[in-house]
Amino acid sequence: MSARVRRRSAVNIIVLSLSVATALMGLAFLALIGWTLVSRGLAAINIDLFTQETPPPGSRGGLANAIVGSAAMTGLAMLIATPVGVLAGTYLAEYGRDSRFGSVARFINDILLSAPSILVGLFVYGFTVLPMQHYSGWAGSIALSLIALPVIVRSTQDMIGLVPVPLREAAAALGAPEWRVMMSIVWRAAGSGMLTGVLLAAARISGETAPLLFTALNNQFWSTDLNAPMANLPVVIYRFALSPYDDWQQLAWGGAFLITFAILVLNILARLVSARSQLKV
Amino acid sequence: MASEMTGILRLYRRQDAVFRAVTFLSAAIVVVVLAGMIVFLVHGALPALAAMGPSFFWTSDWDTVEDVYGALAPITGTLITATIAMVIGIPVSFGIAMFLTEICPVFLRRPIGTAIELLAGIPSVVFGIWGLFYLTPVLQEYVQPALIDTLGPLPIIGALFQGPPFGIGILDGGIVLAIMVLPYITSITRDVFMTVPPLLRESAYGMGCTTTEVVTKIVIPYCRVGLIGGVMLGLGRALGETMAVTFVIGNTYQISASLLAPGTTISAAIANEFNEAFEEQHLSALIALGLVLFLITFAVLALAKWMLLAIDKREGRR
Repeated sequence: MSARVRRRSAVNIIVLSLSVATALMGLAFLALIGWTLVSRGLAAINIDLFTQETPPPGSRGGLANAIVGSAAMTGLAMLIATPVGVLAGTYLAEYGRDSRFGSVARFINDILLSAPSILVGLFVYGFTVLPMQHYSGWAGSIALSLIALPVIVRSTQDMIGLVPVPLREAAAALGAPEWRVMMSIVWRAAGSGMLTGVLLAAARISGETAPLLFTALNNQFWSTDLNAPMANLPVVIYRFALSPYDDWQQLAWGGAFLITFAILVLNILARLVSARSQLKV
Repeated sequence: MASEMTGILRLYRRQDAVFRAVTFLSAAIVVVVLAGMIVFLVHGALPALAAMGPSFFWTSDWDTVEDVYGALAPITGTLITATIAMVIGIPVSFGIAMFLTEICPVFLRRPIGTAIELLAGIPSVVFGIWGLFYLTPVLQEYVQPALIDTLGPLPIIGALFQGPPFGIGILDGGIVLAIMVLPYITSITRDVFMTVPPLLRESAYGMGCTTTEVVTKIVIPYCRVGLIGGVMLGLGRALGETMAVTFVIGNTYQISASLLAPGTTISAAIANEFNEAFEEQHLSALIALGLVLFLITFAVLALAKWMLLAIDKREGRR
């Protein structure tokens, strides 16, 4: 009997240590990547990074055009995806809850949530770049908005589902029309949760590279023309990191640091907003 | 007075109908996006599939000069890298989830859980450059020579570890993918572990079960379906991941028994060649690759979703 107990507790100790080891491993990866980014990235950060255009190989330059391009396309994508996503999420949580169309759309949205982003890039290439015969910032924004959309739909849907029914009934009993109940009561109650979703969607798309490769492409020069190919951080990082030039690799690390830092800030903001929300996620 | 009331009611009803219609159209966009994707992929893939016939799927010559396209190398590359990612990622994720739910002191659970989730926020291109400049040299100098020396001479599995240690290659891609899917599988596994009623867990502890026994005999069997769902979701991510793999896979159309050899995946092939593909057949072949990727990931994700729904139903959630 006691031999058996000893064996069981020995197995237990081994498994527990393995479990602790895996957790340490996970944290170690985060620390390693974080440390690499800080040590290589900070070295690349200087005033030129924010004021100069991406240089030809062998000369000095910065990432100003890529930073502006990324910000513009991410911002535009969020402007497209947020209203559509919020309205779609509202439909799926409220009106389409029991309908067949609603459950199909919910299912499809969840699939799109983890669908390969490169396929979104191909698809947007097919209906923007092909007919227009050139790459453009618009195409890039549309591709990014299609990646952000399912994230916003899903979080809106979940947050609206958490709003208590009596709140709606109280508003309706006061004589408010349905749309008013939704916009002034339900959206307001679910507001910070929905904002969390929007911030997470922005974080998700600001690092996306694959959908931009065939849509916005890249642009070595300063350009704010959304009808022309547009520089953006992820594609610049990809191109420059794989180049044989030291200057370019240095800029790639600088860009990687900037983008990860921006995403970290968005994630922290999202968590702060969600912590302040009355409805717990 | 009465007619004024009904007037307002009529106005409200009209406004409501408009509001409903707008939300419905927005939801329809989600469906249209998926439908449009399918139409584009099928339509774009047809010329290549018509020219190559079914041999597209089981030949491995990819020759843009001769206009011959066989997708076997990228398809196997995708499947093998995703398999490596799962072989490494699943046990590690389960270990972390077990740590977070059973072992970790309560005040550390949130910070450690958040830290693991932050891994999910790191963009794929950053994983790529980290993998290329930091992980690859370590693999090439230490890990791969050790694998060749220890596992290489063994029968059967030795074949997986032959050839020179290039660093970049199928194994490198698989390891980077494993790190990338870790946060996804961990967070779902942890949430699913949490659905086990405390009563069950406490009863087992009360009977004198060790933590290991509680997890392997009570927790895991209780949430089997949800766990498989979480794993499939991670698998879907691994299959479709593009940029990180493109950095470290080597991008060569070859099929090799050795995991140390360079290869390619569907998404890496598309990312690499699409902008340089000017011939109609070449473009079409790449879109056909995209269609294959779509079919594989769609099937995996749909299955995952269906399994996770089953857990939600039991939990009484929608």
